[in-house]
Amino acid sequence: MKLDSKIPDGPLTEKWDNHKEKIKLVNPKNKRKYTVLVVGTGLAGASAAASLAEMGYNVKSFCIQDSARRAHSIAAQGGINAAKNYPNDNDNIWRLFYDTIKGGDYRSREANVYRLAQVSNNIIDQATAQGVHFAREYGGNLANRSFGGAQVSRTFYARGQTGQQLLLGTYSSLMRQVKTGMVELFELREMLDLVVEDGKARGIIVRNLVTGEIERYAGHSVVLATGGYGTVFYLSTNAVNSNATAAWRTHKRGAGFANPCYTQIHPTCIPVSGDHQSKLTLMSESLRNDGRIWVSKKKGDKRAAKDIPEDERDYFLERKYPSFGNLVPRDVASRNAKEACDDGRGVGSTGLAVYLDFEEAIKTFGENVIRERYGNLFDMYEKITGENPYKVPMRIYPAVHYTMGGLWVDYNLMSTIPGLYVAGEANFSDHGANRLGASALMQGLADGYFVLPYTINDYLAGVDADELKTDTEQFKTVENEVVEKNKKLLSINGNKTIRTFHRELGHIMWENVGMARTEESLKKALVEIPKLREDFWQNVKVPGTGEELNKNLEMAGRVADLLELGELMARDALNRAESCGGHFRLESQTEEGEAKRDDENFSYAAVWEYKGEGKNPELHKEELVFENVKLTQRSYK
Amino acid sequence: MEKLINLTLKIWRQKNAKSSGKMVEYHVKDVSTEMSFLEMLDVLNEDLSLKGDDPVEFDSDCREGICGTCGVVINGIAHGEQKATTVCQLHMRHFKDGETITIEPWRARAFPVIKDLVVDRKAFDRIMASGGYISIKTGSAAEANSILIPKEDSDLAMDMAACIGCGACVASCPNASASLFVGAKISQLSLLPQGKIEAKQRAENMVAQMDAEMFGACTNIQECEAVCPKEISISGIARMRREYFKAAVK
Repeated sequence: MKLDSKIPDGPLTEKWDNHKEKIKLVNPKNKRKYTVLVVGTGLAGASAAASLAEMGYNVKSFCIQDSARRAHSIAAQGGINAAKNYPNDNDNIWRLFYDTIKGGDYRSREANVYRLAQVSNNIIDQATAQGVHFAREYGGNLANRSFGGAQVSRTFYARGQTGQQLLLGTYSSLMRQVKTGMVELFELREMLDLVVEDGKARGIIVRNLVTGEIERYAGHSVVLATGGYGTVFYLSTNAVNSNATAAWRTHKRGAGFANPCYTQIHPTCIPVSGDHQSKLTLMSESLRNDGRIWVSKKKGDKRAAKDIPEDERDYFLERKYPSFGNLVPRDVASRNAKEACDDGRGVGSTGLAVYLDFEEAIKTFGENVIRERYGNLFDMYEKITGENPYKVPMRIYPAVHYTMGGLWVDYNLMSTIPGLYVAGEANFSDHGANRLGASALMQGLADGYFVLPYTINDYLAGVDADELKTDTEQFKTVENEVVEKNKKLLSINGNKTIRTFHRELGHIMWENVGMARTEESLKKALVEIPKLREDFWQNVKVPGTGEELNKNLEMAGRVADLLELGELMARDALNRAESCGGHFRLESQTEEGEAKRDDENFSYAAVWEYKGEGKNPELHKEELVFENVKLTQRSYK
Repeated sequence: MEKLINLTLKIWRQKNAKSSGKMVEYHVKDVSTEMSFLEMLDVLNEDLSLKGDDPVEFDSDCREGICGTCGVVINGIAHGEQKATTVCQLHMRHFKDGETITIEPWRARAFPVIKDLVVDRKAFDRIMASGGYISIKTGSAAEANSILIPKEDSDLAMDMAACIGCGACVASCPNASASLFVGAKISQLSLLPQGKIEAKQRAENMVAQMDAEMFGACTNIQECEAVCPKEISISGIARMRREYFKAAVK
């Protein structure tokens, strides 16, 4: 595996423009002769599919949901960043670039991040023209807010439903192209493998989730926009059907997987209530603007919050980080909450929660002001927990929210398999070791609207628009492997449910490859995960047949893949003997307890090559070069 | 506080679109009141799988009330009795120990059952493809602040844009009308200057597609508004009629 990042020459601010000038073009008449397969209809996938179709390519678009409008981008709440500088607070492209690369703890490529900041403004224009409802001022202009500790107000938002509104925008563009016939949309199809012919991505194998039929589709290029792999932790804020299967099986066909250990944990989620829990619900971290986080000073304190006097409470973030207090970054807040719980001072019936208390804010501003600011979040909290947060403090706990790692791509978003592009959360490209708030939507749309539709021409201009065939030997072989895998899953007929294994994997990951990792915990995970995987293939029970709608079979295949991916995450985390962003190795921290990077030894993207079953993957390194920013140590004291 | 309750469930079981279905009774024990309704069904399915029975198929994805994937009729009410709540956000603390709960799929001619509680809602996508958009190409957008929109209009349009496309409106309507769904989209776009340009064709095309999909007509029963998890107002239907009328007389 050779890694060539293809970062264009020239000064940072001119790289993208220079590159665009040199990208080859495909004649409008010839575009019709090319077919591109786009897998996933979230922000990245739907925007890419619609844009490619508008340009004149034949597009086949696939999603596992029953409608393209339901992809998980829809659940993003907070907002989307852009360097518009509407509030006149001296924001600009450089600042957005700098904040993003610093926020990523200097583990991303300068050139990619700068391009992201450059196209951010186009996204706002595009979405507004589509009728996306960003909040407005009384004068009719677009409104902004500050988000995630940024010093400027650059976040555009649509109430608490920014992801929904942006996705409905991309969905509307996609459906318009479905109407013109340029996009053929395949809902309820799950990609189960990639077909590589003559070293190039040439097609996919999917399962029709209604009939169970295995289908073959060929294209001159394949785009994966299949999201992240947070469900490896079982409980996460991801949707229950979010999965890593397309990305993982593509990895096994030769695509490098970069930085799998980079995961983001969000501090303000509603805690787990019991073993039955199927997912975790995020609440916007804006709550930390007014809420105070605390636990009892005493271990095992079973008193109700109101019975714990002020001087027996530990406002641990305010105590440890006097200048940032409750507003420290996501990873710091999350880690401290877990530490308090591990210390036996967690609250609620499970002891796996800390208080987020609005009593003082309500006293200061009045209940009405707090209701105006957070009413919808308080309602949601009450709906799920049955407790009224105006009367008793909220209970919160961190949850897995986003994965920064993903398939390795070059500057053009092409993976190590020629012709295979990867966009959105599925790739590793822009967030380094930690993603800033309101940047996921920005990256998904940047990739899909403004990067991939340019760069893919370079590849397509160089391949023949030959007739696509799905009856080749390679298609048959790959399809057969998919069929056999499903048959095997159905034939085990063991005594444990799929969920039992998934929950157990999540437990291993959370405890050992979670917020704080050690050499010992990671080595433990590397023993336990293969053991669990073996147990899975001996004892899992998958009911039903393959020739019908069978959600258990779908889930079984996904869990089988997560059982492999989890091991690679542990391996990657073990290799990276430094802390950076969301990857916190207890052995590597500053005196203040901050993530301590080791730039000399780890200033690279770790790219793993699959070497076959039972063999160790091979590590390749893409060295990160910083010509424009100075690497500094974070501090929030 | 958490309590454990026992329930009798009467669930619609149907092997596939072609076979006929029936209600089947199940008894679930020690259901935690902290569970969501779908987690209660997860637990039932775990038991069924281990016993060698077919689990009950139902749709769900985000489980936080925004993707619109889930939806069943609980005791005759789409998404259950709690207001402004999708079934994934409905919790078992609203049910009593010993209660019998009937669970059925959305029922409408335009939403055929695929299996058990899973229905085919592609008709909604075809309606959207017929005109639920503003025809703007990537890259051709003007500077965002060159389009000024009064905050009141924007807020009203956003109320309409909150639709999650779950189909509860259709399931609850005695006529199986999709008017609230279509009205919400036509309203949202017609309230915006960007959307006004195509308002006429949009209203004509979307209404025509809605009829072609065999959704029923609206007779102002308002059950759709009552069950809508996003509390979309039937004023959207009035606006749809106005846009359609304007298109017809021009």
